[in-house]
Parts: sequence; structure tokens; C-alpha cells
Amino acid sequence: MVVFEKPHALTDVPMHYCPGCTHGIVHRLVAEVIDELGIEGKTVGIAPVGCSVMAYNYFNCDMIEAAHGRAPAVATGVKRAEPDNIVFTYQGDGDLASIGTAETVHSAARNENITVIFINNAIYGMTGGQMAPTSLPGQVTQTSPYGRDVTQCGFPVKVCEMLSQLDGPEYLERVAVNNVKNVKNAKKAIKKAFRNQIDGKGFSLVEVISSCPTNWGLTPQNALKWIDEKMIPYYPLGVYKDRSAAKEETK
Amino acid sequence: MSEKVLMKGNEALAEAAIIAGCRHYFGYPITPQTEVAAYMAKRMPKIGGTFLQAESEIAAINMVYGVSSTGHRVMTSSSSPGISLKGEGLSYLAGSDLPALVINVQRGGPGLGGIQPSQADYFQATKGGAHGDFHMIVLAPASVQEMADLTVKGFELADKYRMTSMILADGTMGQMMEPVSLEYDIKPAPEKPWATTGTKMQREHNIVNSLSLVPEELEKFNIERYKRYDEVEKNEVMYEEYMMDDAEICIAAFGIAARVSKNAITEARRQGIKAGMIRPITLWPFPKTPFKKAAQSVKQFISVELSMGQMIEDVRLATECRVPVTLCNRVGGMIPSPEMVLEAIKEAAKNGGAR
Amino acid sequence: MSTTQFLFAGFGGQGILFAGKFAAYKGLIGEKQVSWLPSYGPEMRGGTASCSVIVSDEPVGSPIVSRPDVLIAMNLPSLDRYESAVAVGGTIFVDSTLIDRKVERDDVAVYYVPATRLASDNGMPTLANMILMGNILKVMNEFDEESVTAALKKVISAKHADMLDINLKALKIGAEYKEEV
Repeated sequence: MVVFEKPHALTDVPMHYCPGCTHGIVHRLVAEVIDELGIEGKTVGIAPVGCSVMAYNYFNCDMIEAAHGRAPAVATGVKRAEPDNIVFTYQGDGDLASIGTAETVHSAARNENITVIFINNAIYGMTGGQMAPTSLPGQVTQTSPYGRDVTQCGFPVKVCEMLSQLDGPEYLERVAVNNVKNVKNAKKAIKKAFRNQIDGKGFSLVEVISSCPTNWGLTPQNALKWIDEKMIPYYPLGVYKDRSAAKEETK
Repeated sequence: MSEKVLMKGNEALAEAAIIAGCRHYFGYPITPQTEVAAYMAKRMPKIGGTFLQAESEIAAINMVYGVSSTGHRVMTSSSSPGISLKGEGLSYLAGSDLPALVINVQRGGPGLGGIQPSQADYFQATKGGAHGDFHMIVLAPASVQEMADLTVKGFELADKYRMTSMILADGTMGQMMEPVSLEYDIKPAPEKPWATTGTKMQREHNIVNSLSLVPEELEKFNIERYKRYDEVEKNEVMYEEYMMDDAEICIAAFGIAARVSKNAITEARRQGIKAGMIRPITLWPFPKTPFKKAAQSVKQFISVELSMGQMIEDVRLATECRVPVTLCNRVGGMIPSPEMVLEAIKEAAKNGGAR
Repeated sequence: MSTTQFLFAGFGGQGILFAGKFAAYKGLIGEKQVSWLPSYGPEMRGGTASCSVIVSDEPVGSPIVSRPDVLIAMNLPSLDRYESAVAVGGTIFVDSTLIDRKVERDDVAVYYVPATRLASDNGMPTLANMILMGNILKVMNEFDEESVTAALKKVISAKHADMLDINLKALKIGAEYKEEV
């Protein structure tokens, strides 16, 4: 009896992620969802710049590598030209919430019918641990060596909260992947975000609180604990917007 | 219908793009090219196409990148400051070998500059325009008819060589109206097996990408790309020679500068001065051969430009500095008058003894 | 071979660009080479508007008119700015309702047409441009109803087809106008 299989939507290419990094989990969840929905053949993924830049090697569907922060604009182009394709972006916090803020906000405001997987690990991983737009107040990074000083470099950007103020987006949810229960919820959210696109409902973003043991300077286990103790209190999990569900309720 | 209609350059260009099969346009408002966006906003919804006013020039060029990845013909248009913003996307398009058409209706710079015509983006267009080794095919229309014709040509070349074609126009070309005929025999676009429109579970996944972390590989990609550029240089050079048979003084000019120069040449000829012109239509690839040939008989070249002297460098390179090349220019939105060009021709005739 | 360079100038809103476009189409219908180039930018909004029109037997070189053969001045700033630019032996048409001074040059022909007054007297206050245009065509011996109507059909879009008759009427009023001496 087979109890564990690699999803078809993932390639055999060994991933380059550090031990204990949760990118692998999220990749797998996305791939499982693609398999379960039977959409691999028509899915086009957009990889960002950041740790997941090489996601184009890991997903079996057609992939496009975008310029830093521009994945939602690229996805907009793909989706407008080929509305029958299922288009998702996979972006980190620097990509989505710093250099690509405009693309994020406006694709949400337009309610582009795309799916956005947003990895928030409060750090720039690829370049070796600099302060991210989502780094916590006081968090020590390479470019905030004395801790993030909010009087100098401002406060973290809370993406779900910010986007929830827009009339545009269909669905915004924040999840985490630091324990089994959370991983299960994360998969549910990701599946919903893809299904929304299939149903033509529009912009769906899942923010995934992830770990970066290497750049946080923690063991993988302590990194997962740090998510519970530091990240989630600042970035509460939950649904920030679900227009269709809200409509159902008012009926 | 062969009846000619009067159209603005910007509108003729937009309609020609639609005729060429372009159904996706992304842009951001900027003078003096806004008519292109306005025209597309009106037409695209009626023919099942996309018009999208992007949040920024950067977003617009990346939307172009997305559509191009799917293999469809796509374009964006802007004016000088906006093209600078698109630079990132231009480099990525080149790095990913994606075809696209980009319009630059130039205005005076640098910085915010002005809104009147300019040709000061020549370097930006022909020498790169963003980071990395790459070229764009740069087409310089000198009439409303050419605004349309070169748009069609631009799409064809872009697809053929998997490159960006840029129409380098100026405010005058965009704003003026001339009679134009939009009859084209549009050939079907080539197959694009690299397009990312889903594997249909029938092939390996396609990847559109400009990243390669292995230097040996990246070097190889660059060299292969430049082999393609060699082909473009060999096959696609376009220029017009005007009264060059016996010319002793040769004007080098493109776009509006060439139009102005024609008046000056007519008057110079009337006064017995043998003046002529080589008008590059492709600025990249630059028409080196006709200039090199002309350098054997011409006594002086005059580069007439709406810049501080940019194309003049290519004229000097092409002529291997065998004869003097002087500059006749106005900048900042000013346009050299035919009288000014005539004076430059007369001055050259005096110096070079060209009679 | 002949080339006529027109410069239309006035306030934004006076139909400067429209009159120029009409002149260009009139030329095109007469199988001439033509170009039309507007001033553009913020000056279109309320300030001075101008447009260059060239009608020629030859391909048009520069589309920019800097020494007009024919200047159409619909306001004082336009006359002040362009009077000296008109080619020797050229012609100036002046909307004498809005411009109360005379042309100072004596090496050009001048026609004074109270176009704005004629327009309001005839219940067509927005058509001073076309009244002036009618006079220009008459003076230049270019007024024939057939080609004028054909050109109007080109410049007036199908949506505004009901404006055709009144434009033709304006042209005729201009063509029939005789300067009071």
C-alpha cells in the first residue's frame, strides 16, 4: 500500500531550500491542490525573485520567471490573454510587499482572477537575511543589526489587513505551516484560492506564515515555535475577506 | 478599400497594430502618445481584446511580458520618461527571448523634460536601454504611413527573431495627420512551441526565464542570442536614400529631422549644391553599408538630430571617420528649421569645396 | 508645382484644429499631398491653439509651417505672434470681430472677415471657423460645392452627420461675404 507519494505537479528536481525551511511544505500543498483539482495541464505558475525564484524548476506545470515584484502584473497578462488557464503567483514578502506593492494592490483592486500564494517569513532569505517589509518590530536582521527600529524604518506591512480594505479582492486568508493543524488549514485555504479562480470569482490571496531557520538563526524546531510565539501574535491567522461567503450569509 | 484617410500618427499606429493581430494593449497615460491608449481603449473591447490602463509603466511592461509568454502579439506605448521605467521589463523580455512591440513617442529630456518632440532617446533605444547585453530592433518612422507600416513590420520582426521591436517616433509623428492606407497582407505569426499556455499533460513544462546561475550557461545564452542579432543585421537593415546619386554632401537624419532635411536639400539643389540624404529606417541595426559606401564619394556628412548628437556616433563609426561628420541640431523640444539645415549644407559646401 | 502652407491660429475651442482638418481633407479630395500638425500640450487647454496644414503637388517635406503662405488669425495674440512670419506675398485672414487692429505689413494680402459676428447673427455661434474657411476658399478660387461637401463628410463623423448642413451653410456665408469698404 502506498502511503506517501510525490504530487504529480511537482518535478523530480531536488529543491535548493535550506533544511527546516517551510517553502517545501507550501510547494507540496500547492502541487497537491493542483493534482486534486486536475488542473496541471492548464496551470501557469509565476515565480518571483527571492528564495523561491527557482520554483519554475519544481512545478510540473508551465512556469514563468518574473522580475522582482512584478509577478501579479505578469499573471495579469497571462490571464487576460488566456482566460482558460489557471494562473498563480508564488511570492515572498520582499517581492510582494515591498518592491511589488503596487502590483499587489492594483491586481487586488482590479480583482484579477488569479491566485496569489504569499510566503511571509519576515526576512529576505535569498540575499542572506536582510530586513523585510514584514520583519517584526525589534527583529534583528543583517540590515537591522540593533533590531528593527520602527521610528527609523517604519512598521511591518500587514498585507491581508491592508488588502481587506479594498472592494476588489475576492478572498484573503492568512495561514501558517508550523504544525499539522495549521498545515491542514493552509491546504484548505490554498485549495479555495484555486477553486475561486476556476469559478471565476477573482483575486484570491493566501498569506502563509513561514519559517526561515537559517536567517532567523534558530533551529528548525525553534523556528516553528518562533512562529507561534512572535509571528502569529503580530499576524493573526484567519479569513480577512471572503466576498462569496459574506454574500451567502446575507442571503 | 484603397481610399486614403487622414489619420494621426498615433492612431494609424494603433489601428495597424490591431490589423497585425495585436489584441492586448497595456499602457499608462503620458503626453504625447496618449492617443494610442485612447484609441485602444475604444477599439479593443469591441474586438474581444484587452485594453488595460496599468498602475504604472513597470506594471504595463510586465503585463506585456505575461501576454508574450503565452505567444500572443502584444504591445505597450509610452513616451521617454515612461520608457525609462519600462527598462527593467525590456531587459527581461530580451533575457527571456520574448517578442513584443514597444512604442516610444519621444519628448524632450532628461528627467521630466518637456512634452515637445525629441530624438534624445536614440542611445537608450539603440545601445541597450537597460542592463545586460541585448538589442532591440529599432524602427524610425518618418510619416504617418510609416507609423502604421513599421508597426506591422515590428510585430513580424519581433516574432521572427523573438525580440522586442521598438518604434522610435517623436511627438510630431504621433500628433500629425497625413493620408494613410492600411492595407496589409498579414502573414500568420510563426508557431511558438515555447509558449506557456499549459502543458495539456502532453509535453514537458515550458519555462519562460532569464535566470541562469551557471556562468558557462549564461555565456552560452548570450552568445547564441548575439548570433540571432547577427542575422537581424544581415537581413533586416532598412534605409532610404534621397538624391544620393551625385551627392557631395550627405545628410544623416531620421524621423522628423529627415522630413525637415528634405526641404533643405530641395532648396540646396535649387542653389546648385549637390546635397542628398541617407535616412536610416532601422536605427538598430544601423545601415552601416550605405554610409560606408557614401563615404567614398561624399565630402561631408551632416547629422541632423533633435538631440545633442547621438546618431552622429554611429555615422562616424559607419564611415570610419574618413570624411568630416558635423552636427546640426536642436534639443529640448525644438526642431531644426529647413533654413538651419540649409545653412549647415551651405557651410559644408564652402568648407569641402563641394559644388 | 505648387505648395500652400496654412497656419491656423486662435483660442482653444474656436475650432482651429477642425478648420485645419477640413482644409487638409479638401486638399486630399483634390488629390494633393497633405499634412496636418497641431500644437499640442497644455496650451490646448484654453490658451493659443494652432495647426499647420500643408497642401502640395509634391510629397510634403517638413510638416511644420514656420513661414505660412496663408495665416488664419482668429484672435489678437495669434496675429501678434504670427504676422511677421507670413511669407512675402502671402495672405492673412483676420477674424475682425475679435481682432480690432489692422495688419501692419504691406507686403501681404489681407482679408478682414467679421466671422464671429456673422456666426452669432446667423445662429451658429460655434462656426466662425467655417465662415472664415468659406471666405478663404472663395478668395483662393477653391470653393465648389461638390468638393466642399465631400470634405465636410470626411471631417464630420457619422455620429454628428446632422451638423453637415449647418457647416455647409457657414462655409457659404463666408464665401458670399464681401468686405465692407
